[in-house]
Amino acid sequence: MNEILASMAGTVFQILVKDGEQVDQGQPLIVLESMKMEIPVESEQAGVIKKVHVSEGDFVNEGDLLITLSSE
Amino acid sequence: MTAIRKTKEKASTRGVSMKKILIANRGEIAARIIRTCRRMGIETVAVYTDPDKDLPYVQQADKAVYIGSGPVKDTYLNKEKIIDIARTNGAEGIHPGYGFLSENSVFARETEKAGITFIGPRPDTLALMGDKISARKLMQAKGIPVVPGTFDDLETEEEAIEAAREIGFPVMLKASGGGGGIGMQICRNEEELRKYFSTAKARARNYFGSDQIFIEKFIENARHAEVQIFADSKGNTVHLFERDCSVQRRNQKVIEETHAPSLSPGVREKLYKYAVLAAEAVSYVNCGTVEFIVDEEENCYFLEMNTRLQVEHPVTEMVCGVDLVEWQIEAARGNSLPKKQQEIRHEGHAIEFRVYAEDPVTFYPSPGKITRMQWGSAGNVRIDSGYNEGNTVSPFYDPLIAKVIFYGASRLQCIEESERFFRVTKIEGIKTNIPLLIKIARDESFKNGNYTTNFLKKLKIEEV
Repeated sequence: MNEILASMAGTVFQILVKDGEQVDQGQPLIVLESMKMEIPVESEQAGVIKKVHVSEGDFVNEGDLLITLSSE
Repeated sequence: MTAIRKTKEKASTRGVSMKKILIANRGEIAARIIRTCRRMGIETVAVYTDPDKDLPYVQQADKAVYIGSGPVKDTYLNKEKIIDIARTNGAEGIHPGYGFLSENSVFARETEKAGITFIGPRPDTLALMGDKISARKLMQAKGIPVVPGTFDDLETEEEAIEAAREIGFPVMLKASGGGGGIGMQICRNEEELRKYFSTAKARARNYFGSDQIFIEKFIENARHAEVQIFADSKGNTVHLFERDCSVQRRNQKVIEETHAPSLSPGVREKLYKYAVLAAEAVSYVNCGTVEFIVDEEENCYFLEMNTRLQVEHPVTEMVCGVDLVEWQIEAARGNSLPKKQQEIRHEGHAIEFRVYAEDPVTFYPSPGKITRMQWGSAGNVRIDSGYNEGNTVSPFYDPLIAKVIFYGASRLQCIEESERFFRVTKIEGIKTNIPLLIKIARDESFKNGNYTTNFLKKLKIEEV
């Protein structure tokens, strides 16, 4: 199990994946926005999206859980 | 008819007096404008949102009006609301600061229509210079060299590729309505240009309301120099020398200084001449900055004109001994420039360091509560801060916390003082770029003045 955490505090600007979706290593999963800057959060490994824990527009702090990923 | 004439008369008499000003901005620049207004005996009205309610500028203004919560388009970008607050509070002028509505021609026009003076250039000048393609065309026509590139909107990918082949890669893909480092993308080859073209167009439409884009040759190892100009409504235009803004991250400035190190006096003179010519070409009024790119062979190219007070204006104020906000208010009142060109002297050196709430390595934003804020000390330092200890830096606005400006007899003195200052500065609770600022101040190529817009990228690579 792999946990994708927020790399900075900000708003969830875009969610690019759905539960159950197969993703590749380096694929952008979520875009966070803070201080007029958009930061994509990428998958560190290939796997399947187990659960997306946030919604677009949510506010997250650095280190908050965004997505759980199960690696095959 | 009578109604229109009445408004006009009102506008002109109001402009002359201007005893109360609304500041349509926040943070350090709002505080900085309030300072000058106080000294001039002008009352101030500030506007603020929920996240900004405890910031120093809200306390410092004579009156502060709540402008709501929520996104900037409903608050600091809400033209109707801001004009309405100005009207109901009897403000005779609106100072837009920088960013937000400062270069918005519709806002400037609506402000004037409401019988309130917009403290800045005329609305038509804002519109003309805000459109980078039309600005390029005009400057070219006036004999001012512009960066090689296209002069019309690129409608298709094929058109863009054909143009880029002719100009030669790498190229910069730019939104005509963009600026301030937003809406541009470097493309090193055809593949990259294909990849970015449609997203650049879509982004331009979303961010700037116009999907017009153009291409400029990307000039490597360039220096970014700009000239401060000022004009009154009587046709007098002066320059207040140049600033070097080559130390950038994500095309946004981190350090600015004047004089620009390693630009020969001949090149400087050329830039002053072009800048005044550019301002005169549009019968410019009030405060403005003409930005140039200078390549390794010292060729100078017009980049864009910023029709507002710049973030980095304090370095010019330090070396020229002037208050540019005071100049802006006097120009908006219809008064002549306080100084003639030959009376404006450049003495000593000034460097501004921007302190950002961000990770010093990744440059990622770092909002949060400032639990400790203790600045160092230096011989001649000016701190323009938007925050006090205990304030929270919210994720909704830009990451600038403060600007620290050092003034000295020489450049090296400024740099040495800055290093000592930042070494003992303590800002806690959030991450700041201060470790990076110290690193820059210690860097040999920075000390030699031998740096270009690549500088921070190189500094980071060396670290790895």
